[in-house]
Amino acid sequence: MTDIIDNPRPDFIRVDDFSFYYGAKKAIHGIDMAIPENQITALIGPSGCGKSTLLRNMNRMNDLVENVRHEGDIRIGGTSLYDPSVEVISLRKRVGMVFQKYNPFAKSIYENVIFSLRVAGRSKKSELDETVERALTDAALWDEVKDRLNDSAFGLSGGQQQRLCIARAIANQPEILLMDEPCAALDPLATLKIEELITGLKDRFTIVIVTHNMEQATRCSDRTAFLYMGKLIEYAPTMQIFENPQQEQTEAYITGRFS
Amino acid sequence: MSSEVSDPKKPFATTGRSRKGEPFVWLTAAGLALGVAMALGLLLLILIKGGSSFWPRRIEVMEVSNNGAIERIAGYITQENERKNADGTIHEEVQVFRGNRDLNPEAFRFIDRVDIKSTSQPESFWLIERLEYGPAIAEPVSLTTPEGPLNAADPAFEKKLDSILKAGRDARKQLLVIERKKIGAISRELEELGRAEKAGSVSPDIAEARRVQLQSSFETLQKEAAEIRAKLAESTFVGRAADGREITYPAGNLLGVFASNKASFSERVGEMAHRISGFLTDEPREANTEGGVFPAIFGTVVMTLAMTFFVTPFGVIAAIYLKEYAKQGLMVQIVRVSVNNLAGVPSIVFGVFGLAFFVYYVGAGIDQWFFSDKLPTPTFGTPGILWASLTLSLLALPVVIVATEEALSSVPRGVREAALACGASKWQTIQRVVLPAALPGILTGVILAMARGAGEVAPLMLVGVVKLAPALPIDDVAPFVHPERKFMHLGFHIYDLGFQSPDAEAAKPVVYATALLLILVVVILNLAAILIRNRLKKRFAVSSF
Repeated sequence: MTDIIDNPRPDFIRVDDFSFYYGAKKAIHGIDMAIPENQITALIGPSGCGKSTLLRNMNRMNDLVENVRHEGDIRIGGTSLYDPSVEVISLRKRVGMVFQKYNPFAKSIYENVIFSLRVAGRSKKSELDETVERALTDAALWDEVKDRLNDSAFGLSGGQQQRLCIARAIANQPEILLMDEPCAALDPLATLKIEELITGLKDRFTIVIVTHNMEQATRCSDRTAFLYMGKLIEYAPTMQIFENPQQEQTEAYITGRFS
Repeated sequence: MSSEVSDPKKPFATTGRSRKGEPFVWLTAAGLALGVAMALGLLLLILIKGGSSFWPRRIEVMEVSNNGAIERIAGYITQENERKNADGTIHEEVQVFRGNRDLNPEAFRFIDRVDIKSTSQPESFWLIERLEYGPAIAEPVSLTTPEGPLNAADPAFEKKLDSILKAGRDARKQLLVIERKKIGAISRELEELGRAEKAGSVSPDIAEARRVQLQSSFETLQKEAAEIRAKLAESTFVGRAADGREITYPAGNLLGVFASNKASFSERVGEMAHRISGFLTDEPREANTEGGVFPAIFGTVVMTLAMTFFVTPFGVIAAIYLKEYAKQGLMVQIVRVSVNNLAGVPSIVFGVFGLAFFVYYVGAGIDQWFFSDKLPTPTFGTPGILWASLTLSLLALPVVIVATEEALSSVPRGVREAALACGASKWQTIQRVVLPAALPGILTGVILAMARGAGEVAPLMLVGVVKLAPALPIDDVAPFVHPERKFMHLGFHIYDLGFQSPDAEAAKPVVYATALLLILVVVILNLAAILIRNRLKKRFAVSSF
């Protein structure tokens, strides 16, 4: 993986003419996009535009929904997610995910962080301890919880719980981190903290973040994709999207004149 | 009905009562109050009736006119009521417990208030508990001992009586050991010997020799027992009932005496505690109307715990499959409706099913395969505690399944997704995240199931409960756990005393006391389960969303 960091691939995640259906309803219409390695890519767009659906396809979370199907392909590092040889479980180990609503488990802080190691069958105490410290430090939570690692995760504040969820997602060192509106349920201060954290993580992870918050996209993302009605309208470096949008719909959306 | 909110002069006019819903609030409160009142009333009735039967009451000696003659009756009043005579006059009458069943045909007697000429509470009268005939109420007269007679007025009398009572208690313990344990062991060995001989694994000569040996040790034990019995009967207690008749009884078979009218308050409390502990720890006597209910308590608790042990894994696993794995569709819906309908099936039907399936089919099959040497005497092919707990666990199964399904659905989807996103398989997600989060809800279902099972009587009568089973399902005879044994149950005990007893009046206090006990046992079992659940809840703290 180290050589990859020296030499980021511009199309690490390749979405290739990808369409997705919930039953008869087509939620995504043939999207093509390349997401570069070690960058933060933001997906923006009005509710129901398909950005979360696209994100949740990147670790095949949508497999859980009944009666869905897809066309086209998504490739990570050149391998198709839908290749028969791909095991969903090992895929999800490479692609971590943080959800809109913080969702720690009814376990201690410690057990929450090492959950992905536990399910992978790793139980060496020193490794687990190391992982907890590293992941919590990365998630900027270590100093706040290091003295109460065995307390229930529900005793933390909302922002802390979401950072715990980030620590949990990165504990097993995935290559990609998917974030589905990670700050939607948080107050502005907690949001700021998480944004700082995300920016700090991009050296080591490829981050795809769905957000409703324009400022958040400008503040932390390198590239931004604007989706509308299941179609990719515009995809460009963030500065360009916000300062000089090429499409009328994009401009209308980011300036709030959207109808 | 209500003032208009849009009245411009009263922009914040109060809404009408009915619109605020107050009458409905009152209605729901009234409903709750009624329910609570009924439950409390029932508990209070049982508590008073059951509790008071243990309180040593004062003995009244009444002079009653009976067709011109005067009769003296000693006893205590158990009930007062009014009776309408044929001519329309109302009589006040009292029910008196006078004991002395060896002298009187009936231990209880109704007496008209007007016939009672005088009452007194002489200190000389005792309440005497005996092994047979129920309690006696009499004045002590003398003790006939091998060393000679001893008059009640003698200062050494009470001391001597106490030592006889103590010796009697010890002797009865010895008898129990000899007759139940040692002789029981001999008869078990004889049985096994017979089977081994029939199977050919022991030669007839050796078997015969061993049999003679066992027979001689049996005779020795029997002689020992007879000696102890004779010793119990060597002193005689002589008392005088209120009507002057003499009561003689082997002093060794007296269980206890209590001079009720002489006793101070603290002595009474002591006597009550003694009676309660006897009730809880003794075996029943006299067709269950006397003595304790220990085997019934033990049977109830063991049966309930065994039932919980069977129903919990079965119900939880079934619910997990139904909720998490089965493809939701018509089939699953049919299964679910059937499970829910099971909850509405009358419990006696489960009893019939248990008898037909567990006892006659599974049990008989087990006998055929594993205990064929004992046939035609059935081992498992007869009602027993194992079949009773299995039958009840079927009865309680819907409760656990429904509660578990509810608990599983209440686990937020986000938590499942989080686990899956961490690379957990579906089973790992269920096992490590969903089940712990659902545990309190599942345990609530288990508690409900336990309560349902502990209070059930009807099906038990078909699959294992009996009137008297002093041999407990768990004891110190190898292999220590006897799932094939029949057992006693508090619920059945109540039914048996109330409806099958030779003397319904004598059984009444025991019925109430047993009912109280059954409620207490169920409450204690439930409280224990609730405590466990709350501990788990704390460990897996309630989720915040």
